[in-house]
Amino acid sequence: MSTQPAVKASWMDKFGGRGKLIQILIIGVLILGVLPMVADIFRLNLYGKYLTYAFVAAGLVLCWGYGGILSLGQGIFFGLGGYCMAMFLKLEASSPENTAIQSTPGIPDFMDWNQLTELPWFWQPFHSFTATLLLIVAVPALFAFLIGFAMFKRRVGGVYFAIITQAIASIMTILIIGQQGYTGGINGITDLRTLMGWSIQTDFAKYVLYFACCGGLILCLLVGQFILNSRYGQLLIAMRDQEDRVRFSGYDVANIKIFVFVVASVFSAIGGAFFTLQVGFMSPSFVGTVASIEMVIFCAVGGRLSLIGAAYGAFLVNLAKSSLSESFPQLWVVAMGALFIAVVMLFPRGLAGLVSDYAAPLRERLASRFGRKAPSNPEPVPAPAAPETRQPATRKDVAVGSAQETHG
Amino acid sequence: MGGYSGEELTAIFLMQGFSGLSLFCVFLLMALGLAIIFGQMGVINMAHGEFLTLGAYITYLVSYLASDVWPSFLDYYFPVAIILAFLGAFVLGYLVERFLIRYLYNRPLDTLLATWGLGLILQQVFRSVFGPREKSVVMPDWLMGSYQATDMVDIPLNGLLVVGITLVLTVGVFILLYKSRWGIKVRATTQNRTMANAAGINTERVDRLTFALGCGIAGVAGAAFTTIASTGPTTGSLYIVDTFLVVVFGGAASLLGTVASAFGIAQAQSILSFFLSGSMAKVLTLMTVVGILMFRPQGLFASKVRR
Repeated sequence: MSTQPAVKASWMDKFGGRGKLIQILIIGVLILGVLPMVADIFRLNLYGKYLTYAFVAAGLVLCWGYGGILSLGQGIFFGLGGYCMAMFLKLEASSPENTAIQSTPGIPDFMDWNQLTELPWFWQPFHSFTATLLLIVAVPALFAFLIGFAMFKRRVGGVYFAIITQAIASIMTILIIGQQGYTGGINGITDLRTLMGWSIQTDFAKYVLYFACCGGLILCLLVGQFILNSRYGQLLIAMRDQEDRVRFSGYDVANIKIFVFVVASVFSAIGGAFFTLQVGFMSPSFVGTVASIEMVIFCAVGGRLSLIGAAYGAFLVNLAKSSLSESFPQLWVVAMGALFIAVVMLFPRGLAGLVSDYAAPLRERLASRFGRKAPSNPEPVPAPAAPETRQPATRKDVAVGSAQETHG
Repeated sequence: MGGYSGEELTAIFLMQGFSGLSLFCVFLLMALGLAIIFGQMGVINMAHGEFLTLGAYITYLVSYLASDVWPSFLDYYFPVAIILAFLGAFVLGYLVERFLIRYLYNRPLDTLLATWGLGLILQQVFRSVFGPREKSVVMPDWLMGSYQATDMVDIPLNGLLVVGITLVLTVGVFILLYKSRWGIKVRATTQNRTMANAAGINTERVDRLTFALGCGIAGVAGAAFTTIASTGPTTGSLYIVDTFLVVVFGGAASLLGTVASAFGIAQAQSILSFFLSGSMAKVLTLMTVVGILMFRPQGLFASKVRR
């Protein structure tokens, strides 16, 4: 579905062409170069926290924007990844020497407060860092696979999937809060200080973690682009738009959906793990229904059809959230609500849609004025409906689900 | 379960059953409106809880006026409050449909996001107007106290009232949908919109009234809710996830299913919560429901609507 078939396949086409790679490069320069230079470490640490949501938003682009599967339970996977990391860090912080004053030394403090005398079995693997890293990916992937398998094989989709994932997110929160002795309850897992003996609270460590998070994000964006531009990506879009035709062509639609849902969950989980590392704790408030639906809005604001847009969306919405809620906490809730409505009614393709509607034609005009051919432009040029009148995308040209939408 | 005699166990079951009945009523009153809106129109109204809250606050206002301005009216304010709550929620629902929902038919996932945003805004409006603290209505004397069925079984009167309201409303909705001309139009629109249009039914108007009616029922639910609990800005949103599960579990577009699933979920939760902690009871109930839905995605009572 690429706009112009390449004469010679280049390795760049595997990622959506040179334009996309340049856009990812720009993000890389912004978050790895510009932000660390202009922001102090306190702010940078906050920015790192916002960027962890970009992982989730990127996952949602794949799953919701391209797969048409709206999951209102991405907080579950964000939480699973975050909790896995937190459990490892907590165990390290609860060495028998550190917890000598407890009635049972060597177990996390909240367990001691809840009269547990032994480490529960599911905490055992988190003594090992390798196992933890593995589990951060494996646990959410397995969970997503189970949910996806159960639902997609029975052709549950659309609204029902959204409601059920939301219910699961809600169950998860109640469970974490209720099982205080095993999970730390409503406070979550706090007081995380070191990673393999290396303090994560120093400024230097915060820098390192921030850069690691950025690196991870760029890697995820590349993986996402790769998936979208592979044969599988084509199938994904075909399935979103004409599910029955794909089924009749002999593909198992359920498997396509399961795969994309698992990928989205793994992205979220990686984000969650980085979140724990940078923020220093994990709590059920990042798991529940409210957190999960907010993640959807990050993605929607950035553009549900653009991985790169979603990363900007996650960052900008969170930035707006903290700056607005610092000064006008009440205003923020209203602004958030209005954002939900506006993004659906006025600009359903999000920031990325605005950019491709306005910025890209402008660039082309500039290029043609200077007598050069436009740089290979992978953005879908907006339908020739009315580029001159420059109306914001109204509901008539909402082409979110239409087949003419190009990916990228 | 050791340590309880058979008689005590019966009493426990009866009383927990009755407290489950109150939960059932809240679920059902909310789910009725949701089921109409979701089942008949395919719209996900995440702001439904806020319509309940609106009804509750209207009732609070009426009771406040009654107790402050016109104390002799206090005994009779409740029916008036119910009507006002219905009207308030109905009008708001009508406006919401007119200015928001009708642009989003055919995009159910987007109605979900937009109405969630609407819910956030409404919550903040409630918080600014009524304050973040929970408000309780002034109850008329005849609602206080309880009905002593046996030595051990004690049934609160306000609970009985809520059950009564639920019964009346449920039967009313049944009659409206299955015995009235308007109901025929609604069902025709659900089953085949194009044909309904061709047959001369103004489907847009049907949609608008259906949505407003669903919201109005939520308003009445709010009025009933005030007699058993106090109201805060986020009261309604606490129930929204559970209620959606009730609707889906019952089988969308099936009112009978909604009643059955509201009853099942509420009773299971309430009776389990006597033996387990409240949160575990809820987790177990909801997990069972989700589990069953995975094997029977169409819900308890499958609808015969082609989708």
